[in-house]
Amino acid sequence: MCKRFLGRILASIVVVFGALVFVFCILYLLPGDPVLSILDPATATPEMIENMRKELGLDQPFHIQFGNYFAGILQGDFGTSLVNSDPVLPKILLHFPATLALTLASTIFSAVIGIVLGVLSAIHRNSWIDIVARLVGLFGISMPTFWSGILLILIFSVYLGWFPAMGSDGFMSLILPSLALGFVGAGFIVRMVRNSMLEVIHEHFIVTLRSKGLSEKAVMYRHALRNALIPAITIIGIHIGDLLAGTVIIETVFSRQGIGRVIADAIMARDLPVVQGVIFFSAIVYVVVNLLVDLSYSLVDPRVRRAS
Amino acid sequence: MSQLLDLQHVTVDFQSKNGLLTAIRDVSLQIKAGETVCLVGESGSGKTITSKAIMRLIDYEHGRISEGSIVLDGVNLAKLSQHELRGLRGKKMAMIFQEPMAAFDPVFTIGNQIMEAILEHQQVKKDVAWKQAIHLLERVGIPEPTLRMKQYPNELSGGMLQRAMIAMALACGPELLIADEPTTALDVTIQSQILQLLQELKAEYQMSILLITHDMGIAAEMADRIIVMYAGRVVEQATSEQLFEKPHHPYTRGLLRSITTIDSHRGNRLFSIEGSIPPLTDMPSGCRFHPRCPYATQKCLLDEPPLFEINGRQTACWHGEQLVESEDGIGKSEVMPPIAVIEPKHDQHHSTLQRQLLFDVKGLSKAYPVGKGLLQRASSLIHAVDDVSFTIEKGETFGLVGESGSGKSTLGRVLLQLEKASKGSIRFQGLELTQLKTAELQKDRRDMQVIFQDPYGSVNPRWQIGDIIGEPLMVHEDLDATVRRERVEALLEAVGLKRGWYERYPHEFSGGQRQRIGIARAIALNPSFVLADEAVSALDVSVQAQIVNLMQDLQRDLGLTYLFIAHGLHIVRHISDRIGVMYLGKLVEIAASEELFLHPAHHYTKGLIASIPVPDPKQKREPFSLQGEIPSPANPPSGCRFHTRCPAATARCKEEPPAWQEIQRGHWVACHHPA
Repeated sequence: MCKRFLGRILASIVVVFGALVFVFCILYLLPGDPVLSILDPATATPEMIENMRKELGLDQPFHIQFGNYFAGILQGDFGTSLVNSDPVLPKILLHFPATLALTLASTIFSAVIGIVLGVLSAIHRNSWIDIVARLVGLFGISMPTFWSGILLILIFSVYLGWFPAMGSDGFMSLILPSLALGFVGAGFIVRMVRNSMLEVIHEHFIVTLRSKGLSEKAVMYRHALRNALIPAITIIGIHIGDLLAGTVIIETVFSRQGIGRVIADAIMARDLPVVQGVIFFSAIVYVVVNLLVDLSYSLVDPRVRRAS
Repeated sequence: MSQLLDLQHVTVDFQSKNGLLTAIRDVSLQIKAGETVCLVGESGSGKTITSKAIMRLIDYEHGRISEGSIVLDGVNLAKLSQHELRGLRGKKMAMIFQEPMAAFDPVFTIGNQIMEAILEHQQVKKDVAWKQAIHLLERVGIPEPTLRMKQYPNELSGGMLQRAMIAMALACGPELLIADEPTTALDVTIQSQILQLLQELKAEYQMSILLITHDMGIAAEMADRIIVMYAGRVVEQATSEQLFEKPHHPYTRGLLRSITTIDSHRGNRLFSIEGSIPPLTDMPSGCRFHPRCPYATQKCLLDEPPLFEINGRQTACWHGEQLVESEDGIGKSEVMPPIAVIEPKHDQHHSTLQRQLLFDVKGLSKAYPVGKGLLQRASSLIHAVDDVSFTIEKGETFGLVGESGSGKSTLGRVLLQLEKASKGSIRFQGLELTQLKTAELQKDRRDMQVIFQDPYGSVNPRWQIGDIIGEPLMVHEDLDATVRRERVEALLEAVGLKRGWYERYPHEFSGGQRQRIGIARAIALNPSFVLADEAVSALDVSVQAQIVNLMQDLQRDLGLTYLFIAHGLHIVRHISDRIGVMYLGKLVEIAASEELFLHPAHHYTKGLIASIPVPDPKQKREPFSLQGEIPSPANPPSGCRFHTRCPAATARCKEEPPAWQEIQRGHWVACHHPA
């Protein structure tokens, strides 16, 4: 068990490093000169540009640039913003809690809705609840978040006035964005859980359980559900990545101050260090979450636990 | 004895997309208290549906009892609500299933699942249930029951799980135990142990057993009475002595004649009932067996025969009585005219001058690393095949037997270079295969083909069968499309399928027909060698016979050499010229087929043969079975690997691995004390 744990952590570190290299390469190869986006090309002299380039270390060869960046990362230095010379990491950490809250809330929302609907629709196949579940699945997957976000604002803020339409303070402001964001996940999870539940219901051991005289409740909720949740956990883990990506849009729609907004603004301003920092930070979050998901497997599935 | 269970005219319908399908019709049967009744028939005959109807488990599969009554101890089960039924399931009637591996919930411990049954029906505390469960596990012969209680299903062997399953079924002392093919998925040695256990428990718990099986040998061994089903109807019902003595229904007769036993002559062609069981959607008129019946008349085609009472037994055949009278004495002892095929091969086999080796295997080993991960080194090796040497001659069939885990399949795969050998040499037609590079091997692959076990999994469901069979031709031969099609159609015909079926898809065929497709693909390139890895194990007895006959015909016509791997010992005996017995990666005995069965020298071989149920109720054999289970190949016993289970083991066996010795010409054995 311990060995497995260590192995996973080592593997995660490799993945994080890979992400770092990847992010750095992509942005290095990106067309467009960051210096020219800082200095006004109309007024800046070639010397100013040259000086700026030296100052930012952009005149160094690729591997030196990467080495410097990597060394900085190891010391907690994600670089400084090109726009206002603020250090990147504190900026991310400042805005991360709002994004974390949004991600968590929408994960919980999508998991609860997804699992409950998925299970019920599988058990009561072809009933009205199954139809509802399938609709949720269909809409969740096919509706873009910015559209459902705007729709929610329109209905619940503008017409009904129940929730604030924008901002990132307090619980009330969290509800609409997490609904809009979680709806996508709910769609995926409903489908996933429904399928895996249907699969489990047709397993041989379900017949055994019934032949023991267990009630349908016990058969479904004690036995089938636990088996069906194993694949659902994976989906939820993977989906957290989508949620992080989705915050970029949702935080803009709801004018929330989170790292989604930070990266959106940074991209507009060609603020490379900030973009790099946020992407890399998200990669770390993603890897950590999936590490946790991986380990939680062994809690649910004894086959994984004992295999190690 | 009073009737414990009484089914009267039960009909079960299933709701399907195409409306109601009648799965079983007018089924009547009785089981007395303390009686064992066997339900036999091929797959699709309705045996399992009948048992699930009794438990009313069909309700969960869109099935319902549309007619008739099922009375268990005075209560009509057909009329009860699910709630009322739950009080009886697991308490008064319990069930064990075919695949013990799939019958347990994988995420709960064994103990948890047994206790669940106890707690459901008895007002006891958890610790009492825990003790009861341990006691039950002990009773069904599971070593270290306390440890097993805490283990999960994937940590136990199939045999152990089936024992645990029985323990769970017995938890509340049921009066009726329904066992649906309880040993089909198990090795013959474990099967023998489980059957013996069931016999003991039946007496101890004074219960009745409804045993569902397709194996007439098991029926003969276990049953007081046998009920034969065909296409959803009962066709014959008699005591087991009566049935084996003189089967009345032509179907029963066919079933009994399909069996190969140790006494049947190897030169004979296997008897098979032509055709296959009709699907529910397309039931023939009149007697449902008439399309396959050699005695069918106009009447059989038009009218459905009821169950007649004849000679103190029941038969649903219009001509049952006449048939018995006119062909008195016909039965399993009837000898089919021998085919001349095998004879010349025997001559060739015995004349040492013409012996030509196809395979010459020396010191072959295959080891798999275990516990190897990204950052871990292999903590140990599993020696799936360990230092095996043997030869296969041109034109012969070499059989390979042994329990699962003995390494038979691995050996087959290594021979074909589907996996690399770890050590040793394999010479095929004089060529050292282990030294060849992948590209060089490609050329020789066309000479070695495989027929797989699972006729469903081994063909691509989205391909037309013509393309499936033609694929090897595409790979190895540069043929014009029309020429290729002609070749494939000829192949279809050769394996007993129709030329016009070229464009059909695998799902349109039955298991037996699919296996024919697999065979056609294997012989497409005119190979010299075909590996048949459990090629007939998944098929019904009568279909098995059809396939074996086909394989023998092809062998004669095309001069094929077979390596026939199977766990059905009689079928191996029938088809093989020589047989090798494997145990834990070692070859322990090689002998000519008859010699091996008549004079087994290794105690393992002896145990295997003695474990086969004998299809003759008069020969109730001494309850004998090999004790225990095959140990893990990761940690094989010292000395002779079999010593832990061997009745003749001595101190020497524990320490010294036995040498490979020839005790008679062509009869090799690795044992210190050969029998």
